[in-house]
Amino acid sequence: MLCQVCGKNPATVHFTEIHDNKLTEINVCERCAEEKGLRATSHPHKFDIADLLAGMVDTMTSSDEERVGRVQCPRCGMLYSSFRETGRLGCAECYSAFQFQLRPLLRRIHGDTRHRGKVPARDGDGAVRSRQIQRLHDDLQRAVEREDFEKAAGIRDEIKRLEAETPAPRPEEAR
Amino acid sequence: MSHTPGPVNFDDLVLRTSPWLSGDGPHADLVLSTRIRLARNLEQVPFTHRARDEQLQGVLASAGGAAQRSTSFAGGLMLAMNDLSAVERQVLVERHLVSHELGDGSRPRGILVAPDEKLSLMINEEDHLRLQSMAAGFQLADAWASADAADDELNQSLDFAFSEEMGYLTACPTNAGTGLRASVLIHLPALVLLDEIQKVLKGVMQVGLSVRGLYGEHSEVMGNLFQISNQTTLGRSERDSIESLERVTRQIMDAEERARDRMMRDARVQIEDKVWRAYGTLRYCRSVHAREVINLCSAIRLGVALGLPGLCPLRVVNELLVLTQPGHLQRYAAAELTPSERNVIRAQLVRERLSSAEHESGSTP
Repeated sequence: MLCQVCGKNPATVHFTEIHDNKLTEINVCERCAEEKGLRATSHPHKFDIADLLAGMVDTMTSSDEERVGRVQCPRCGMLYSSFRETGRLGCAECYSAFQFQLRPLLRRIHGDTRHRGKVPARDGDGAVRSRQIQRLHDDLQRAVEREDFEKAAGIRDEIKRLEAETPAPRPEEAR
Repeated sequence: MSHTPGPVNFDDLVLRTSPWLSGDGPHADLVLSTRIRLARNLEQVPFTHRARDEQLQGVLASAGGAAQRSTSFAGGLMLAMNDLSAVERQVLVERHLVSHELGDGSRPRGILVAPDEKLSLMINEEDHLRLQSMAAGFQLADAWASADAADDELNQSLDFAFSEEMGYLTACPTNAGTGLRASVLIHLPALVLLDEIQKVLKGVMQVGLSVRGLYGEHSEVMGNLFQISNQTTLGRSERDSIESLERVTRQIMDAEERARDRMMRDARVQIEDKVWRAYGTLRYCRSVHAREVINLCSAIRLGVALGLPGLCPLRVVNELLVLTQPGHLQRYAAAELTPSERNVIRAQLVRERLSSAEHESGSTP
């Protein structure tokens, strides 16, 4: 089989891409693969995020866009415009520095902006337990929505048990 | 914690079979392997791409040290990427121990591999730490449990970048939150043959999971092997993400099994013929492309799963997937090879492997 790009060299790099739920086959030689950037080593995030951001800045005027691009992280000095190009943040502090820009982006990517997973073990027992209770409240609500009352009762008991271990302060009620 | 001593160096490591290829995990006839990955960063250091080499050296030392002191990694093997040749790094990529990004070798990066090779820690990849737990077959809960425990242990001596609101902070916001990627590598030949795969994959993507090829992001789909994983990391707990992947995987497994039953009922002879022709080609070929090996192995894997007698064990088919990749092959030949030389050496290796499997089982098909 010959390369689909140059039509000269034998095709030794084969891709099957899934795009719009369709499998597409691409067969090219190593040189064309290199030239066209058809490599598994290309950085996909960059393009995904750039695409997402491009869709979002459509709604901004160009002066807005310029102003937002100049927002800078006080710790690592990264400019928001540079994140827009690379799709990667500079340091942990960038998340606070760019929080107003990041929240809508995170919502687009994840459909949510709030962490509901594990917390660092070093945050101490109290924090871990209050997180656990918070999470159980979420579970309880979902069980009730599913009308799985047996499970809901079990979760309620578990919450009571954990709360008995942590006399103060009570976590906010899950809504 | 391991019963057998771990590898002492690179050569020793690659002599062993990756445990995720053993072919003996639960539902190994459908799911090759399960993987859990957690992304973590050190609070005080800029993310890898913005950090200076000295800072990355510091991360290598502190994270490597912390891991080596943990029970999860006790007795593990630490490798610095820039000490390895390009082929050696490629070998680690093919074994799924390191990513393409870590495998570039241009910056202070490293990997720590636990003695049983089920747990590994990439240091200074896109994120400072990428903790990975691999298991043969379909074992999401087990793989998660070991990753979770190792993460807690590392956290005893390392400060991870974390915010109450956005969870674990990662270089790319697509991983922020749990930093979790849970995935299964599943073999779906019957759904592909019966042309039902598009429908199934569409369903998978609609529930927010993603589908990739054998070697992860942007890699091709070969040999009817699909990697299915969670897409989002914020707004759901690790347990939720894993449970939903588990549920969807079970549905896909059911669909594949029904398709296999139907195929065997309606076209048994054609299927057996396809399987044995694939076996014959691999057993006697003199030049073969990696992609062809993977595709023919798919047919043999299907035959083994359907219980056709006389074929080699799943382990042998699984190993061929990795051993016939360019890096492993060039190491096996101890030389740099052109693509056509590779095809000849690859054919030789495949024949050897299948022939020795026949001798072990004492039967010739």
